[in-house]
Amino acid sequence: MKRNPQELSLSTRRITRRALVTGGLMTAFSGLLVARMNHLQVDQAQEFLLLAEENRIKVRLLAPARGVIFDRNGRILAGNEQIYRVSMIREDADDVDQTITRLRGLVRLDEEALQRAIREMDRRPHQAVTLADRLTWEELSTIAVNVPALPGITPEVGLSRVYPMGADYAHVIGYVGRVSERDLENEEDDDPLLQTPQFQIGKIGTERRLESVLRGKAGSRRVEQNAAGRIMRELGRTPGQSGKDVQLTIDAGLQNFIQARLGNESASAVVMDVTNGDVLAAVSSPSYDPNLFVSGISVPDYAELRDNERRPLHNKIVQGLYPPGSTFKMVTLLAAMEAGEVTAGETVYCPGYLTVSNRRFHCWKRGGHGAVDAAKSLRESCDVYYYEMAQRAGIDRIAAMAHKLGLGVAHDIEMTSVSEGLIPTREWKRLRRGEAWRIGDSLNASIGQGYVLTSPLQLAVMTARLASGLEVTPRLVRSIGGEPQPSGVKRPLDIPRSLLEKQRDAMYQVVNGRGGTAGRSRFDLNGVKWAGKTGTSQVRNITAAERARGVFRNEDLPWRRRDHALFVGYAPHDDPKYAISVVVEHGGGGSAAAAPVARDIMLYALHGGMPPLEAYPSDQRGQIEELFAGLVLNPSLAAAKGTSEA
Amino acid sequence: MSYLEYNVARVPQGLQKVLALNWALVLLITATAGIGFIVLYSVSGGDWRWAEPQMKRFVLGLAVMFVVAMIPIWFWRNVSALLFAVTLALLVAVELVGVSGGGAQRWIDLGFMRLQPSELMKVTMVMMLAAYYDWLPPSKVSRLQWVLLPVVLILIPVFLVLQQPDLGTAILLLTGGGAVMFLAGVHWAYFATVIAAGVGLVTAVLRSRGTDWQLLKDYQYRRIDTFLDPESDPLGAGYHITQSKIALGSGGWTGKGFMQGSQARLNFLPEKHTDFIFTTLAEEFGFVGGLSLLLLYMLIIAFCVASAMRNKDRYASLVTLGVAVTFFLFFAVNMSMVMGMAPVVGVPLPLVSYGGSAMVVLMLAFGVVQSAHVHRPRAAGEGRLLRR
Repeated sequence: MKRNPQELSLSTRRITRRALVTGGLMTAFSGLLVARMNHLQVDQAQEFLLLAEENRIKVRLLAPARGVIFDRNGRILAGNEQIYRVSMIREDADDVDQTITRLRGLVRLDEEALQRAIREMDRRPHQAVTLADRLTWEELSTIAVNVPALPGITPEVGLSRVYPMGADYAHVIGYVGRVSERDLENEEDDDPLLQTPQFQIGKIGTERRLESVLRGKAGSRRVEQNAAGRIMRELGRTPGQSGKDVQLTIDAGLQNFIQARLGNESASAVVMDVTNGDVLAAVSSPSYDPNLFVSGISVPDYAELRDNERRPLHNKIVQGLYPPGSTFKMVTLLAAMEAGEVTAGETVYCPGYLTVSNRRFHCWKRGGHGAVDAAKSLRESCDVYYYEMAQRAGIDRIAAMAHKLGLGVAHDIEMTSVSEGLIPTREWKRLRRGEAWRIGDSLNASIGQGYVLTSPLQLAVMTARLASGLEVTPRLVRSIGGEPQPSGVKRPLDIPRSLLEKQRDAMYQVVNGRGGTAGRSRFDLNGVKWAGKTGTSQVRNITAAERARGVFRNEDLPWRRRDHALFVGYAPHDDPKYAISVVVEHGGGGSAAAAPVARDIMLYALHGGMPPLEAYPSDQRGQIEELFAGLVLNPSLAAAKGTSEA
Repeated sequence: MSYLEYNVARVPQGLQKVLALNWALVLLITATAGIGFIVLYSVSGGDWRWAEPQMKRFVLGLAVMFVVAMIPIWFWRNVSALLFAVTLALLVAVELVGVSGGGAQRWIDLGFMRLQPSELMKVTMVMMLAAYYDWLPPSKVSRLQWVLLPVVLILIPVFLVLQQPDLGTAILLLTGGGAVMFLAGVHWAYFATVIAAGVGLVTAVLRSRGTDWQLLKDYQYRRIDTFLDPESDPLGAGYHITQSKIALGSGGWTGKGFMQGSQARLNFLPEKHTDFIFTTLAEEFGFVGGLSLLLLYMLIIAFCVASAMRNKDRYASLVTLGVAVTFFLFFAVNMSMVMGMAPVVGVPLPLVSYGGSAMVVLMLAFGVVQSAHVHRPRAAGEGRLLRR
């Protein structure tokens, strides 16, 4: 085809023109590319250099082993065990559902824990989240072999807290758990370890109070890492420091015996060494297995604990507050005697009641005790005597004495939720209630009712102080990292010794005297006897109608409305070594429900093992034998002779 | 001029053709490929696993280029339509096979390499369009029916490639084809209309969001969002681009030095030896290195454009310019993407990225450019030096 040459030259010129335009556009765009390159590589170079460095080098923390907690005889109460687990980083998994489905085909997965893990992964897609804990070695190997088909999944070997004694220490040592948002918000604790997945932090009890000691220091590993998170090489390593081991003053054998002896009662008991304040046992019952909380408790398990009317989650040792009832009478008596308002020999007449400002205050014994001196007032627990003392001493002196004996004070012990209790004063009532103090308030307080509230630990401290005449403070931690902790006794009590002697004599009579309220709970262990005081505290007001009908019998009332049963005691009576307090919630009377329990515990402590039957009054031995046969003790501790010093 | 008017006697014959090659272009191409080998060696951590096969492919590519260059340009012009048809058939074939084979296969195995018809299409389409405009009388170039025909011919492979889906290749085909039409002299108004319509459509789609007449579904809008602004999703779509920018930026003026780039070697970079290879180059050789490569690219284009403008043959100059524009689009799209100026679409860095198809196809295209150069029509007296 021949073409018009003019047209052709025109077309060639047009192509040339357009080529120049195109060339210009291309050059212009290249200029843009250069400008961009300049912007990134020259203007922002420093910024990106920093980012690149961060990209490459990661500091991986090496979690230290948590300090082990021992009892006074070196038995492990809280240790660490190697566990196999499988964790997942959501970001690294292409298809989360598929990966989990495949994983499910390999090992058993707890559905509830899995759902929780999935929710957590949604919140923290870049962090490793545990999918399954405590796998067997076989399961771990199965996963390890299949890792290429499971993107995002890592099988791991780690340490986890374990409480070999189970429920015995749920309230003392508490437990560790996963770091929560609240833990992270704690500004005083900005340890980067908290950010590491799987890290366990003390939640309650000693685990929480001694967190800084037990945790140790994180080691670190500087590694060069690629984008897939794979470690290319290690650049350096600084070794961490394991947490310090902690030895408690608790005796595991005694603790276990008490836990078993209290059974399913809603109760608590504290045993202290009066010479140095060592807490040999502190039990709150019913208890629960702290191991459940370590990897996260299931919702139904938790609901069961939470809704139990005997409140297993409640630490009754330091958190449980009860009107001390008649166990408070020592305080009132000492306050009156110290003030010189009464002498040991002076008698007060008890007709069964006392009328003060037109109100009738009853004694527990309706017929009255007749002439009552100091010793008899404690032995038979006459209320009218104390109503009289309250009027003589006044609430302020009673409160001062209570504080001297360790009541109304939050003792510094390595447990959480330690309560201060309440010793009412005029000042307190005016400030808190906006009301003036009335004489009736003093009368109620004098017998440990009304506003007075004490915890079992405080009652044990009070008893230890009465028994030793020393200002005993409880000591739960014996040593930290091998370093002995200061003794719980610093100086003698600021109470005349002669008054304490008289007091102790009266308490001896409560158990061993004629008509003593705890007479059924006496013992004789090769000549060693004990002293104590019963208490029964009302949780309801007795109405006039009830009083008229004479409905006092606790057995006729529903459990929640029955009286609390209390007992405080010490032994040996002539050279006190151990003090004890027992509170049985809604147990009925102190002499029937609390004193026998306290006796068994005291005998165990004194004997250093299961109490011999010979120590009991002969008529009770059969019953005791039967009781002991029914106790479920930890077999690893049963044979132990525990109380001796380690 | 048509090949019939060629003064065939003045075109070099036999081995003289070798001397008549555009040797500057050969040198520039080899230098660019050389940069590729160096970077590939570095990316693999001082290993030949990528550099060596790449060198073999380049040697093969050089051979292809020489063979194609020796064959007269009028032969290529005559078979352009046929080549386009064959490529289109292959594209349809892999599409069908790909569908029945589970969707993964996009290539034809030639034994020593895998050929992607979509890559080949980038060259044969340019050749076909050049032949079309060589055949079409210049007076008809801007007539509607003669404009619509090449548009349809461009849209068919674009549609097929989009089905794969390979957005990068589709963009290259569409823009490359449009460029050849522009170079051939299609009236400005058509381009203005298409651009205006495109802008209008995009505006309408984006504006309709959240209104009653919303044109797309919500999830489609969200996809558009992350596509346009990958950095809004730093661990998803934006991850690659963020890492890429870090690598590039940390290179600075002169770079960290050969084999010293930490980002690529540590696998922070995706596709570090293919689409994102420029980041390694820029990290290790810095701004200076990146600029040098860009300069080499622009020189290649400059030599192509110069050759095209001196060539009196319509087909020859159009095909040369078309190849130059396609080549430009390769690196322009790739660099924009790597530097975070454009969304991430799969386009390799020409002559540098690891990969057989692109390399061989580009060398084939340069072979056609060389053939156009060697067999250009010469005025009387021109080329006498060669015959001497």
